[in-house]
Amino acid sequence: MKNYLYSIILITIFLLIWEAGAGFVATSFILPAPTEIVIKLWELKTELLLHHLPMTLAVIIIGLGISLVLGVALAISMNLSKTLQQAIYPILIASQTIPIIALAPIFVLWFGYSIWSKVIVTIIITFFPITVSTFDGFRSTSKELKELFQTLGASKRQIFFKLEVPSALPSFFSGLKVAVPMSVIGAAIGEWLGAQAGLGYFSRRMMTQFNGAGVFAPIVLLSLIGILLFITVVLLEKYILKWRRS
Amino acid sequence: MREQNKKIALRFQNVNFYYKNGAGKIPILKNMNLSVADGEFVSIIGASGSGKSTIFRLIVGLEELNSGTIYLNEDPVTNRSGKVGYMPQQDLLMPWRTVQQNAALPLELQKENHLDRRTVQNLLEAFGLKGYENKYPHELSGGMRQRVSFLRATLSGSNVLLLDEPFSALDAMTRLYMQEWLLEQWEQQQSTILFITHDISEALFLSDRIFVITDTPFTTLKEIKIPLERPRRQYDLDKEEVTELKNDLLDQFRMRV
Repeated sequence: MKNYLYSIILITIFLLIWEAGAGFVATSFILPAPTEIVIKLWELKTELLLHHLPMTLAVIIIGLGISLVLGVALAISMNLSKTLQQAIYPILIASQTIPIIALAPIFVLWFGYSIWSKVIVTIIITFFPITVSTFDGFRSTSKELKELFQTLGASKRQIFFKLEVPSALPSFFSGLKVAVPMSVIGAAIGEWLGAQAGLGYFSRRMMTQFNGAGVFAPIVLLSLIGILLFITVVLLEKYILKWRRS
Repeated sequence: MREQNKKIALRFQNVNFYYKNGAGKIPILKNMNLSVADGEFVSIIGASGSGKSTIFRLIVGLEELNSGTIYLNEDPVTNRSGKVGYMPQQDLLMPWRTVQQNAALPLELQKENHLDRRTVQNLLEAFGLKGYENKYPHELSGGMRQRVSFLRATLSGSNVLLLDEPFSALDAMTRLYMQEWLLEQWEQQQSTILFITHDISEALFLSDRIFVITDTPFTTLKEIKIPLERPRRQYDLDKEEVTELKNDLLDQFRMRV
């Protein structure tokens, strides 16, 4: 807990300045005070937690899940074949230069207001860090260790599961830690562009009503989701890579 | 000197090998012949880039001969991977595996490995690693890590062990202790050891014979018999005939610097 002391102090100072600033501006739709946001959150708790939060969470979980499978599969195939690597890698980079916000209306055209238009946005944003870091992880496999495995008569399969996978794991987790907060952003953007429910959608709706506190309340929840998911990944990482604890 | 069988553990017969690069072929071994008796301790010394490690890479099957035959325990072998124990320069322990899991790797990888878990336990104890079975490599000292690496080579189950400058990364004191320790293990296990080193004193202390690589490509290696009884202690190196040998060798290499 002591590790977090300084950030807690910093956040408290920040919130106090914000509160004071909001009192000074005194226009709630431009700058709502933190206390107003908390009160709003409490007022809207049933609607936000039971209706909008599950929608957004579903987008995040499905999007991240597909990204994981896709990213790891791409990393493995690039690791297996140099040709595949040369074919896939440039496309991978190109996919990240596409302005998602510009493209998202097309997903709405394709998938309507269903969950899939948001899931696609989430996947496009999150699969990249997972693919690249997992692939880098595979490539970081020590050449000398690989030769040692060969001198022991190891099969390709044994080299993959007993050497390359464990070598790639630390890097895979780094990628996942980048992807998790981005999945929350992806889901929120997706909902902004076309949805009938969800925290991002709700925030945007409040915007059109000049309800400042109403804009921020779901954002607080989005951020909490991000933090909780991140902590989950860190705990998982600590458990799986327990050898790194000295 | 330890009793040796008449059996030949390792033999090179007319072995040719060259590396290919952009400019063409770089010959390393030319019609090379070499033989090592079962139970012998042989060192190979030579300057960097002289092809010492190439000899090992050929034996373990990481490089293919261009022609000739390598015999292991008097059988010609074509697919040599998994047939000898190899201890590399860096300890190459996997950081995610415990001492025991690292050492037992050959048992996991080789279907025909005849050793069992009990052997692993006994050898862990014999190698002074009892109580460290479940530690991770980064929790061990350099000397201990090398012992785990040597244990792994031993657990390959082969009577022929190749050690590629295993102690070069250790500090001078640890290196001396590890040399004595290695001799003890070798005497108990009755294995055949081929040992690459840069260190002339190390080669003199450990070996029955030293092969010196003077020129590349080479056909035969210059052979030196060490006039010392076993068991040996480090101070045996101060005997007159040994210091003479050492100075001869130093002179040979000095001319090449």
